[in-house]
Formats: sequence, structure tokens, C-alpha cells
Amino acid sequence: MGKVLAEFKKGLWDEIAPFRLVLGLCPALAVTTEAGNGLGMGLAVTFVLTCSNLLVSALRKIIPDQVRIAAYIVVIASFVIIVELVTQAYFYPLYKALGVFVPLIVVNCIILGRAEAFASKNPVIESMADGLGMGLGFTLSLVALGSVRELLGAGTIFGIQIMGKSYLPFLLMIVPPGAFIALGVMLGFMNMAKTNQQRISGLQNNPAPCCNVSST
Amino acid sequence: MKEIQRLVLVLTLICVVAAAALAAVYGLTKKPIADRLRKVKLDAIESVLPTYDNKPDKELKEINLGKDHRGREKKITFYTARKQGAYVGTALEYTTKGFGGPLTVIVGVTPDGSIHGVNIISHKETPGLGAKVERPDFLDQFKGKSLANSSFKLKKDRGDLDQVTGATISSRAMVEAVKFCLGKYQEHSGD
Repeated sequence: MGKVLAEFKKGLWDEIAPFRLVLGLCPALAVTTEAGNGLGMGLAVTFVLTCSNLLVSALRKIIPDQVRIAAYIVVIASFVIIVELVTQAYFYPLYKALGVFVPLIVVNCIILGRAEAFASKNPVIESMADGLGMGLGFTLSLVALGSVRELLGAGTIFGIQIMGKSYLPFLLMIVPPGAFIALGVMLGFMNMAKTNQQRISGLQNNPAPCCNVSST
Repeated sequence: MKEIQRLVLVLTLICVVAAAALAAVYGLTKKPIADRLRKVKLDAIESVLPTYDNKPDKELKEINLGKDHRGREKKITFYTARKQGAYVGTALEYTTKGFGGPLTVIVGVTPDGSIHGVNIISHKETPGLGAKVERPDFLDQFKGKSLANSSFKLKKDRGDLDQVTGATISSRAMVEAVKFCLGKYQEHSGD
């Protein structure tokens, strides 16, 4: 159980896909003009990732090595088309907002990456936990990125007015260059947080000489 | 030889199962998707026409306009609306080129040749700038305009219609598309 939890948790922070691994950037940058779109995209990816990890892991002993990539792509593409048809039928506004990026989930490197690097070598439960964690981490990143861009670019988050009527929207954040700027700044802050963490833990493990004086 | 047979067999099996699953989902979602697309179209038609009680999407007429510079078919679609059998107006759907890509408008025309309403079905204009042509304060100014009482030019081009600030190309594309629809309506109003 502990291992399953660990596989789930690593995707949420330590290996959070767009920020730590800088993977899956195409949808992360393209659809995050609004927090809501980010959430929709993230959940679609989470679903595909969990299902494809489940199947790839279940079939890992049957799929021959030589054709594994083709087999993974068939599995992934099928789930993506299922997501596309279902969103089109039941969540039409989301389908319209995500547009071409739903079919493009097929080539999202997070999904093929997890199939190849994790699900093809691990048991079913761990693989599902890995997929769910990675997917939710991806969702979190997209919602964070979308919220920042929507807040600065339109003064709203999830369509709710935050900044007040007099706020003059910073349009750059909604157009594609704003996506790169927002991602870059957020990456910078996350790296800063990580360096600080390391510095603090480093101090605790090997205390600097000055702190040892009292023991003599 | 045995190895390659195994490869082919496994991959074929996976593909067959995937195809079957997709066929099942497609079958289940086919009707909801068709209903949804029809409702989206009817909502657009309804937003630009006076009240009607027929099914305009069943009484449509498409007119081919030849090909655009990329060789794609161009067309304009007429949807006829009636109330208790009497003709109340036509909605014209036409796709033009906006600033960011195709811009599809729907224009509702009443029998006297004036506009009842204009709406945008889909567009790819810049969010926050060109996309403002979607707002009612831009679209509503077309109400009541006809080829007889308006020049269908922006104020910037010495006309009588407001442009969206910072989005001249999108505004011009809209105005020209609406004018084009009105022209086509007059051309074909006899038939």
C-alpha cells in the first residue's frame, strides 16, 4: 500500500510533469487561457493516462518488445477518441474550447512516457496510481497556469470576477507569448523553492563548523 | 518465423479489440452528438431571426460560390423560417476570412431586406481584441440595417458602423461578410 501511495504522490510534486520534467508543454501552453479549460484538459489527460497505464501494465507480458510502441499508441489513441466522442456528446462547450488539442493528447509525451517508463515494467495497481498521480499533477499545473493567465489577462478565475471592474486586462497573458512567460516565471519560482529546500536540508545534515563550537 | 507470427497476432488482436471498443462508443454517442450539433445550429438561427415555428435546418439551400484561393469550396447557406406557413425571414450562414482564421457568421434577414440580427458561429480572432466582435455592442448595431440605409463601412472608412478598437481587420471582415450576405439575399430573394 505504501508503494502505491508513493507512486501516486510523486506525480503531484516531485515529478510534476510540466514543471519538473518539462513534458506535455504543447497542451499546457495552448489551452491554459482560462483555468476552466486547463481543468478540462487535465482531467481528459488524467483519464487517458490512468486507463492506458492500466491496459499497458495488464498486457505487459503479452505485448512483444518489438511492437510495443505500436501497441501502446493503439491503446492510447483508442482512449483519446473515446474521450473526444464523449466530450463532444455531453460536454460540448469544453469540446469546443479544447478543439484540436483533444486528438493531440495521443502524442502527449507524458502518456507514452509513462507507458514506456513505468507501466510496461510495473504491476497494474502501481501503474494506475502512477497514471492517476501524474495526471492529477498535470491537471494541477494546468489549472495553476490557467488561473494566473486568466487572472492577469481577463481579471477572472474560472469566470468569476476577481480584480474588480476597473482592472485593465493585461492581454499579453492570454495570447501565446503570455503562456511562455507565465510558465517561465512559475518554473523559476519552483526551482527557487527547491533550491531553498535543499539548502535547508543540507544545513541540517552537515551543520556548518561554526555551530559545533559549543560542543567542545 | 514463429516470432514474427506472434508479433502480428498480438498486434492484430489489440487492434481488433480497440476497433470494437471504438465502434461501441461511436454507436452510443452518435445520436447525442448529432442532436447537440443540430441544437447549436438551431440556437444560432434562432438568435438572428424573429420567432418561427418550422424547422429551418430542414429547409436549407446551399449556393456554391466556387473555390477560395486555397482550393476549398466556398458556399453560402440559406435557412428559411416560417411561422404558421408564412415566410418570416432567412438566416444566411457564410464563412469569411477573419484576422486569425475562418470567421463564420449568421445573418438573419426579414422579408423587407433589413437585418434582424447578426451572430458569430465560430471564429479564431485574438482573445481580448478581435474576439470582441462577438460582443452584443458590436453585433447589435447591425439590427435594422439594410443595403438601402447603410453603406456597410466602418466609421474609420468613412462609413456609419462602429469598429472594435484595435481590431479593424476583424471588424472589417464582419461588416463585409454581412454586406455580402445581404447582397446574396437580394440576388436570390425571388427564388
